[in-house]
Amino acid sequence: MKKHHELVCIVCPMGCRLTLEKDDNAPKGYIIEGNVCKRGEDYAIKEMTNPTRMLPTTVKIKDGFISRLPVRTTEAIPKELIFKAMEEINAVEVKAPVKCGDVVIANILDTGADIIATRSMKQR
Amino acid sequence: MKQVDIVVIGARPAGLAAAIEARKNGVKDILVIERDRELGGILMQCIHNGFGLHVFKEELTGPEYAERFIDELSDMGIEYKLDTMVTDITPEKVVKAMNTEDGLMNIQAKAVILTMGCRERTRGAIAIPGTRPAGVMSAGTAQRYINMEGYMVGKRVVILGSGDIGLIMARRMTLEGAKVLAVAELMPFSGGLTRNIVQCLDDFDIPLLLSHTVQEIRGKDRLEGVTISQVDENYKPIPGTEQTYECDTLLLSVGLIPENELSASAGIEIDPTTSGPIVNEAMETSVPGIFASGNVVHVHDLVDFVTAESRRAGENAAKYVLGQLKEDGPVQSTEAGAGVNYIVPHVIRTSNIEKDVTLFMRVGNVFHNAELVVKADDKIIMTKKRRHMAPGEMESLKLPVNKLPQTDAVITVEVAEEVVQDEKAS
Repeated sequence: MKKHHELVCIVCPMGCRLTLEKDDNAPKGYIIEGNVCKRGEDYAIKEMTNPTRMLPTTVKIKDGFISRLPVRTTEAIPKELIFKAMEEINAVEVKAPVKCGDVVIANILDTGADIIATRSMKQR
Repeated sequence: MKQVDIVVIGARPAGLAAAIEARKNGVKDILVIERDRELGGILMQCIHNGFGLHVFKEELTGPEYAERFIDELSDMGIEYKLDTMVTDITPEKVVKAMNTEDGLMNIQAKAVILTMGCRERTRGAIAIPGTRPAGVMSAGTAQRYINMEGYMVGKRVVILGSGDIGLIMARRMTLEGAKVLAVAELMPFSGGLTRNIVQCLDDFDIPLLLSHTVQEIRGKDRLEGVTISQVDENYKPIPGTEQTYECDTLLLSVGLIPENELSASAGIEIDPTTSGPIVNEAMETSVPGIFASGNVVHVHDLVDFVTAESRRAGENAAKYVLGQLKEDGPVQSTEAGAGVNYIVPHVIRTSNIEKDVTLFMRVGNVFHNAELVVKADDKIIMTKKRRHMAPGEMESLKLPVNKLPQTDAVITVEVAEEVVQDEKAS
């Protein structure tokens, strides 16, 4: 039996309901239906082969104006690494002052993405 | 009495953008008043990405978005006061405010810009039966505890309401190690963006229960569980559909209400549909010289629209102070037609429109391949096709000045064509 997948496209607010079927004879390896534009097809294939997500979270900060510093990945990282990345990020404690954009963790889990501060924080 | 040209109340996205724009339009003497401990407001706890695609052409987090405006305000040397509460505004534009340093202040302003934003609806507002244990709070409260104060609010979570804050908090709680059991939504569709349903719920296999509500809250000191029932078309629980969930936390994401106590004290007319001031094309309220913008006028889903609207309020408040706003000429009033819930602005003075005026509105249902029809006194002046419209996504329409009638008229916008109620979230 052919493997059948259903996805909701998140590229634009239309929210097309996509169906994918693995087909090695198709040019891109899948037969995709339900999308009204090309971007839906690209999204579907990325979502099936290497889904990635941005990761926004916080780290502990010492002597800060408040006790958590918001951070994010500089680019989307593979979805399956999200919880592993959270472990790394939660193990870190930075010290105030911090400038927005400062690198908190470089090249997290060898993804090529850095974890950067998303606000400046004065010392308490 | 202290005299100031423009007083801005609230230094969150709306107030920051309005103050900056007023300064750019030639008014130097501006005072921004903020009740929180820092500038930026709710954006400082909205640490997720997705802000700024229109204004900055890049995807920022809330704090990054705020910091750009905070830096600009500081660079311009605009005066602001933190930890300061405004308690009253008179129709003569006397602002009463207080803090622990200055005590009670009476400030006479030439113009006031109201940017107080909105508040979350609470358990009381939706009257869920049951006991009153700890662990029941608004999604925004939990967001502040987790993202700013560093307190985790619970381990097993149920969320009521699938607006964007509820969806974002489902992911946030999950990332921080909690188990989110379900998101229940009273309506047959989610009020949140589809991309948030995918990124925040589907990614973590969190079920979205449409047409469901929390029927009972249990627990003595700490929340012990909730009962969720399916609802019928009148939003009443259907007997026999009860499901119990053992949980220690219930987050409520059940809507936002513009915060207009101060508007009321200034005698400003309020639109019962938006719960915000009635405004004209200049974002001026029914009291001359008092302007309003952002979530205090109507609840937005994108901060970029708040910024755009607030820039208009700031620019026009400056024009008012400098005597450049026009009072004469034809006056159009706007009215929501079939399928449309409300329109902002409510009044358009054509003489103040240079090129075009943008109407903002929310539709009352999910529509596919529909049309927005604009009429002036029953005569169609414009139609715009829309492939997809939903109550959760604000619509806007740009009306060129040459389409506006040269006499006083009523402008209506209505939705034409078929309605498709989504069976799944979108």
